Amino acid sequence: MTDFFNALTLLGNFLIIPGLTYGSQLALGALGVTLVYGVLRFSNFGHGETMAFGAMVTILVTWGFQSLGLSIQPLPTALLAIPVGILATVILTLLIDRFVYRYHRERKANPVIFLIVSIGVMFFLGGLIRFIIGPGDQIFFDGTRFILKAREFKQMTGLNEGLSLKMTQAVTIITAVIIVAAMFWFLNHTRTGKSMRAYSDNENLALLSGINPDRVVLITWILVAALATIAGTLYGLDKSFKPFVYMQLLLPIFASAIVGGVGNPIGAIAGGYVIAFSELILTFAYKKVVLYLGPDNMELESLVQFLGTDYKIAVSFIILVIVLIIRPTGLFSGKTI
Amino acid sequence: MKKTAIAMASAAILGSSVALAGGHAKTVKLGVVLGFTGPAESLAESMARGAELAMKEVSASKLLLDSATVSHVRADSTCVDASAAAAAAERVIASDKVDAIIGALCSGATISILQNVAMPKGVLLFSPSATSPALSTLEDNDLFFRASPSDARQGQVISEVLQEKGIKSIAMTYTNNDYGKGLADSIQSNFEAAGGKVTISTPHEDGKGDYGAEVGALAQAGGDILVVVGYLDQGGKGIIQSSLDAGAFDQFFLPDAMIGDSLLQAIGPDLNGSIGTVPGTDSNGAQIYAELAKKDGFEAGPYSPEAYDAAALTLLAMQAANSKDSNAVKAKIFDVANAPGTKILPGELAKGLQILKGGGQIDYVGATAVELIGAGESSGSYREILVKDGENTTVRYR
Repeated sequence: MTDFFNALTLLGNFLIIPGLTYGSQLALGALGVTLVYGVLRFSNFGHGETMAFGAMVTILVTWGFQSLGLSIQPLPTALLAIPVGILATVILTLLIDRFVYRYHRERKANPVIFLIVSIGVMFFLGGLIRFIIGPGDQIFFDGTRFILKAREFKQMTGLNEGLSLKMTQAVTIITAVIIVAAMFWFLNHTRTGKSMRAYSDNENLALLSGINPDRVVLITWILVAALATIAGTLYGLDKSFKPFVYMQLLLPIFASAIVGGVGNPIGAIAGGYVIAFSELILTFAYKKVVLYLGPDNMELESLVQFLGTDYKIAVSFIILVIVLIIRPTGLFSGKTI
Repeated sequence: MKKTAIAMASAAILGSSVALAGGHAKTVKLGVVLGFTGPAESLAESMARGAELAMKEVSASKLLLDSATVSHVRADSTCVDASAAAAAAERVIASDKVDAIIGALCSGATISILQNVAMPKGVLLFSPSATSPALSTLEDNDLFFRASPSDARQGQVISEVLQEKGIKSIAMTYTNNDYGKGLADSIQSNFEAAGGKVTISTPHEDGKGDYGAEVGALAQAGGDILVVVGYLDQGGKGIIQSSLDAGAFDQFFLPDAMIGDSLLQAIGPDLNGSIGTVPGTDSNGAQIYAELAKKDGFEAGPYSPEAYDAAALTLLAMQAANSKDSNAVKAKIFDVANAPGTKILPGELAKGLQILKGGGQIDYVGATAVELIGAGESSGSYREILVKDGENTTVRYR
């Protein structure tokens, strides 16, 4: 029996908790991508850098708060700074929409044009971020680091394997649940949310029934900026903030959105967890788990690993390709919100 | 007939330029081509200052060749981008007309510069810190030297340290490049030959945000200690942080590129008890050098003494050859670095130049007690390090 719990703890420590955390981060990111796709009808490649921008402002404000001695122990001060980060990112996205996207929207440009324009926005934002905060690692975490330490867990339970739960992991998962719930409530139960869904469903019909398109676009960008800032900050808190990493995140985020069905918020969230767990499950080495569950005095030379950890990023690619071939609309047939 | 005439004319021009470059040189220019950006950027500044300190000292003595002044030009070889490294070296040779290059910092960049630029152009390349075993056997027309030992030697030392600590099994991860792979292979073969067990040896990529999956695999393989053959500003730091977060390993072995203050600051007290090795000696050369560096306004970081030695040896050999032509200088490097002769410590470069001018012999000891062996690399003595109370403390030299 102890062996079984050891194996379970092992999986919990290296697979389930990191998977839930990573999945939540991807889900929040994919939600932003999917909103832009559903309402504004283009793939926003600038989303990764928008996340980085939001996280950057949050970091700068966090440093300001820290120097003022402001803190919310044991939670990280960054949570206090997020609203300011959101505000700055909202202003940024609205400015970009006003001076870049609106021009193309008024001309009813092809989605491909939008996509290419968003790549331009991505490079512009990437440069801006590196210009302000530099390309290096930034550590802005404070507060209590661990809720449960591996060593303490071992002493508590007497098991061989430890289970650790970082504060940032718990914060990430809880925040993601709250944000997602709020998002659904907004889309399904408020007038504005309903008008957004109507606009996404059928633009012409929505316009005929008196929905103001500028207002829908405005609300969408505000939501996208808020989601991006929260996702970017949570990722930076849990891992570390480095501008380059957010560009790398773009692939799994898009994979999540597409796997779930792009344009569909439920799909984005499900897709986030599917991608996160596939990446981890396929690259995890199961040697010890097999040893615990197998018969006693079993010898095992191999690591029992499907793919080397170097192939982690390839997993999202593979899933993306498979989904696009077999079920192009994704798990929750997307295209509307 | 016409061809012969042209050939003779160009030979005459070449000959005269060589004569000019000979004993009557008024200026000497060295390229300092190091990885100022990239995974080892925190080491580069202190190294460049070290090399430039030696040049300043020689310039001030007015004893090199025809009382030549030594100037330098810096260029960024990066660490991982082989083509950027070659381009940087190409530039300092073509447009800055340097007489020799001190560099590069990382092994991959060094190999690229050696093969693509230094050999075709016939320019001496002296690296303070490239440690890949591949450089020992690479074709180099005798133009390549290094003030650091090969990792084949470091692998041996690391294996000895691990044995003495009673460690029977290790998990190992290495940065996926020439340096990482070379050192990891060397550690593995030495450790296994001594009866130890390497449970896993797996590469990691630098510059990622999350090393959870890598640490997961390492933790499954298990081991008494995790050997992190990486860079302290990059993946190496990420691996250690992730391992501590997940409670996968408590003790780490830190090879040379992981030794530095920035790691201690980033990780904090959890790093206490970890061990490591970095090239170093107990000769008083190191101490003298540290003081010289302080007087010049910088901290003598890892490989900074080696950089000083690389520049000093190059300049001393120029004096011994009475020429700044790389092909003449390369033949004299061994003569000035090794016995017999008067021992020369850091800060005594003027004395060394004086002896060479008088036709005498010197044995350059320098900041790292450098002794060249084989194809022109340091024989290598190492400082064994224990992280204690948030500082790298010296256990002993070996």
